[in-house]
Amino acid sequence: MVAKSDIIVKTSDLNFFYGPVRALHGINMEIPSRQVTALIGPSGCGKSTFLRTLNRMNDIIDGTRIEGQVLVDGQDIYESGVDVVSLRMKVGMVFQKSNPFPKTVFENVAYGPRIHGVKDKSDLIGIVERSLERAGLWNEIKDRLGESAMDLSGGQQQRLCIARALAVDPKILLMDEPASALDPKSTARIEDLIGELRNNYTIIIVTHNMQQAARVSDLTAFFYEGSLVEFGPTKRIFTKPLKKQTEDYITGRFG
Amino acid sequence: MRSRKIEPAIHWGMRLVTYSIVIVIAFIIIDIVWKGLPVISWKFLSGFPKKSGAEGGILPAIVGTLVLVLGTIAVALPLGMASAVYLSEYAKQGKFTNTIRLAIITLAGVPSIVFGLFGLGLFVLFFGFGASILAGCLTLACMILPIIIVSSEEALKAIPQSLREGSLALGATKWETIRRNVLPYSMSGMLTGSILGIGRAAGETAPILLTVAAFYLPKLPNSIFDQVMALPYHLYILATQLPDADAVRPMQYGTALVLIALVLGVNMFAIIFRNRVRKKYRW
Repeated sequence: MVAKSDIIVKTSDLNFFYGPVRALHGINMEIPSRQVTALIGPSGCGKSTFLRTLNRMNDIIDGTRIEGQVLVDGQDIYESGVDVVSLRMKVGMVFQKSNPFPKTVFENVAYGPRIHGVKDKSDLIGIVERSLERAGLWNEIKDRLGESAMDLSGGQQQRLCIARALAVDPKILLMDEPASALDPKSTARIEDLIGELRNNYTIIIVTHNMQQAARVSDLTAFFYEGSLVEFGPTKRIFTKPLKKQTEDYITGRFG
Repeated sequence: MRSRKIEPAIHWGMRLVTYSIVIVIAFIIIDIVWKGLPVISWKFLSGFPKKSGAEGGILPAIVGTLVLVLGTIAVALPLGMASAVYLSEYAKQGKFTNTIRLAIITLAGVPSIVFGLFGLGLFVLFFGFGASILAGCLTLACMILPIIIVSSEEALKAIPQSLREGSLALGATKWETIRRNVLPYSMSGMLTGSILGIGRAAGETAPILLTVAAFYLPKLPNSIFDQVMALPYHLYILATQLPDADAVRPMQYGTALVLIALVLGVNMFAIIFRNRVRKKYRW
């Protein structure tokens, strides 16, 4: 069991609406610190929407509305007066389709620190090197820092995006199907990377790939039609699911 | 079977139409260069007009047009880009915003003489700027604003949403995201549209006729409240307002050549600038 003090994200009766359409139904979830939590479920089940409520990325979509509470580090992030900028520094995000900026490799990683006021060139160089190292990319591209990020391979681009997220020193890393557009080899590298990062970061990952969830995560949450059906240790979810829906999904009977 | 016979005919038909456009343009340019080039001399370019323009040079008209173009860009470019950024990035998309867009597109279709009258009423008379460079530039700016706004908005819309999200997710504010991760990439597209506007501002006669252009003013302007001569209007005067139009025919062609060269020069400069920006940020 996870000790109570180790809970880093807690949602209470979380509802979410796109206009009149309700996408999340009363999600209650406690996500522990420094573990990998996988969110699985069929397309349109609300897992990505849920992920995006945790760093308020849904705010930028017109006509959305949220009810309930999301606590990150004990603070309600939807309270009025919450600084979205510092929230997003604490809760980083990696997207499904890698989105390197059309700048140099260096400028991609330095983008976040620059925005948050790091001006000193040697500080920036240090952050860029450290972040690329953590993303397992430094040795591959240390001589290509001045090249455009668009010239990297797809897998490298996605790891660059991870490095970019790490550069602002987040506590939590949200990953929205980070390997779904990659070939098997690049996917394996991302999965290895997740394994290394779990010691220092809380990782919440949305994935369509059941084997991937089983391989990389400590905990698994199964979403279905906007509801959280089951949440528990990955091993138990995949061997002895408590709900029939969960069993049907992971054994491939639907979805 | 049927399409195999028609296919080459369509191909050649379209090719013919395209080529004929080029032929028309080539004819106009060759005609003007042919008849205008003999008049071009340092004296013509740097001299002041005499006898209502029938003799002498066209320096005041060249300077006037340059001043008007630069002044118009200075007013219209920031305003147009700001409006485009607002419409594309900040405004809530819906009926109201679409109404604003419709208004802008309608504005683009308003005849230039109407802009001239509008400028006369608002800037020359109501604000009391008189017939002046200031009034002329503001009027021309109103005329080319829609072109700049529409094309700039298109350029902004072409930037993938994922770049905005990536920046926001790193904790950048909306403005930081726009300034660092949207505007630099859309700049080349925004300039492409602005080039069209610049060309129009240089060549229009009607808007400046009522707000700034002088019939005959053989001196250079001292302030933005002065009137100036301008190439298109000067051309009109040479062609229709002088007693012996045939005798000043060479002057007309010379002026037309300078006007065309000027517009092409401004466009060329903008295109080179645009390509530089584009090379720096490609994706």
